[in-house]
Amino acid sequence: MDNRGYYHQFGGAYLPEILVATFDELDETFREAKNDPAFWQAYEALMASYSCRPTPLTYCENLTRHFGGAKIYIKREDLNHTGAHKANNVMGQGLLVRRMGKRRVIAETGAGQHGVATATMAAKFGFECTIYMGEVDVERQRPNVFWMERLGATVHPVTDGTRILKDAINEAFRDWVSNMDTTHYVLGTACGPHPFPEMVTYFQSIIGKEARAQILAAEGRLPSRIYACVGGGSNAMGIFSGFMEDPVELVGVEAGGRGLDSGQHASRLCSQDASIGVAQGYRTYFLQDADGQMQETHSIAAGLDYVGVSPILSDLKETGRARFAAATDQEVVAALSLTIRKEGVIPALESAHAFVQAFKEAPGLSPEESIIINQSGRGDKDIFTVADAFDDPRWKAFIIRKAEQYHA
Amino acid sequence: MLESYIHDRRKEKEILLMTHIVMGYPSFEASMEIVAAMVDAGVDLMELQIPFSEPIADGPVILAANQQALERGATVDRCMAFAREAAARFEIPFLFMTYYNILYRFGVEAFTQAMAEHRIRGAIVPDLPPEEGGEYMADMAARQLDPIYIYAPTTPEARMKRIADVGRGFIYCVARKGVTGAETDFSSELTDYLDRCRRATRLPLAVGFGVKRREDVDFLKGKADIAVVGSQTIRLMDREGPGAVGDFVRSLR
Repeated sequence: MDNRGYYHQFGGAYLPEILVATFDELDETFREAKNDPAFWQAYEALMASYSCRPTPLTYCENLTRHFGGAKIYIKREDLNHTGAHKANNVMGQGLLVRRMGKRRVIAETGAGQHGVATATMAAKFGFECTIYMGEVDVERQRPNVFWMERLGATVHPVTDGTRILKDAINEAFRDWVSNMDTTHYVLGTACGPHPFPEMVTYFQSIIGKEARAQILAAEGRLPSRIYACVGGGSNAMGIFSGFMEDPVELVGVEAGGRGLDSGQHASRLCSQDASIGVAQGYRTYFLQDADGQMQETHSIAAGLDYVGVSPILSDLKETGRARFAAATDQEVVAALSLTIRKEGVIPALESAHAFVQAFKEAPGLSPEESIIINQSGRGDKDIFTVADAFDDPRWKAFIIRKAEQYHA
Repeated sequence: MLESYIHDRRKEKEILLMTHIVMGYPSFEASMEIVAAMVDAGVDLMELQIPFSEPIADGPVILAANQQALERGATVDRCMAFAREAAARFEIPFLFMTYYNILYRFGVEAFTQAMAEHRIRGAIVPDLPPEEGGEYMADMAARQLDPIYIYAPTTPEARMKRIADVGRGFIYCVARKGVTGAETDFSSELTDYLDRCRRATRLPLAVGFGVKRREDVDFLKGKADIAVVGSQTIRLMDREGPGAVGDFVRSLR
């Protein structure tokens, strides 16, 4: 691998020797596909027939009136099959797996969205599938575990470390170093060793390509700002990449958890608790201690609860091309509630982080301007988590009654 | 330098033994006892692993040891002090084994400087391939320290030669795919792979991953210079306590 995937000082491929040949093969396959115009066409056709693409750009008339500033649009990645932008990446990587002639896929998952999307792709393409999921997340996200298993995947609870997303990634790598001849690791976000950040961004760039054409058709001009939540960073990279060369401000919103001073958040790009390090095969900002040991993270949204962040986003921060903010758990629930009531759409808790910052800034912009919020996923699918976030008493009573039925 | 030490030692022994500990597991006191027992049992080199929260190349046994050492308060400074004491007390060469983030956060130059001061002779950093290791290699070379590089069964021959050009001390040959601690099939396939390794470099060869018993060490005689025993001593210690380690090491050769 000659191009090692650096974005100034971020990125790289810090690989154990056993995986070097596997990454060389993956990089070569990806390069060939990227240079083959028929590949992108096949990808778009697959996403159109299987995952509702192009997803709409929805004008939010009521929210716009409510805030009295810029016109608010949302890009509806929630309307993808399986309910999130994750489908874009897994279907793309599925096509690469076919090209490589491999028969088995593995993936890590935090909230379960990427696991469900991968299991769906594996079912459709006829691959064997194992999903690594932290034991804590298995407990929190049982409905997604249920679907993964129905889709034919083996869900492997990870009991090591902090038993969340980063530990699931480590465990997936351990599987991969044993089974790379037959197996591809479908990494879920724009992180990890090269070429994953570039490759995942490439597949997710379908969001930005569509959004740019859609806003020009609707408004006749570019938007002023784009907002996206940032966990690993794949939905942000997806929509940002459509506007990289434009005079459009790019705003990423991280999980502020219980506040940036609380020590309980997952903010790598706007908190003092993060610093540059090298782990999980790449160099970026990590939430780590002075020795370089990774720290525990917290977010109301499991999908944002990750200790590292895309090296491309770290670079966009350093170069000033993108700006980053954090939204607290409390702000997220308020923004989610308002959006549901005003527009009748239900963003995922992850996506609601982007809404928080957009709502803070929209009133300060003029009515001639527009902004786009990337609604990366839908919230109704994660009813257990969202109901907990709202602390809904009638929902709790229902669950108690339901549990009693199982006891009977 | 380690290479001449290994050549000299090999004149007396058919195969050398390198063992491994995770510093601070189960405690720093027990770690020192284990080092003493291993040296007394005749090991020729030792790896001292600085625990890391994300040890992706390690299997469940060493992974758990890393985690527990950290939970019990192992820090890099404490590991440095431990290594200095071990190297001062015992004659054999010691190496650090850890992941790159530990060096990166410490400062690569400061880390190699500390190694030199504490008389740690080399380092194994499994997630730092030569392509990413320019600064590390220069800082190690400036202090006559040996960066130990790794061969895997998946490494093509041309790459083996490139790695041999930058490796010092010896080459660590990973016996099979997978992580540390699982079963290895000591078969003709392994012999063929070790032949390829032998042809690619004049540096001594160490073989690790799955070396557990005397037969495994015997198998490696004539094919490699050093047998590396890692997870098995930790497993044994978990089961029978640090006192069992010395007899186990004696039983290997």
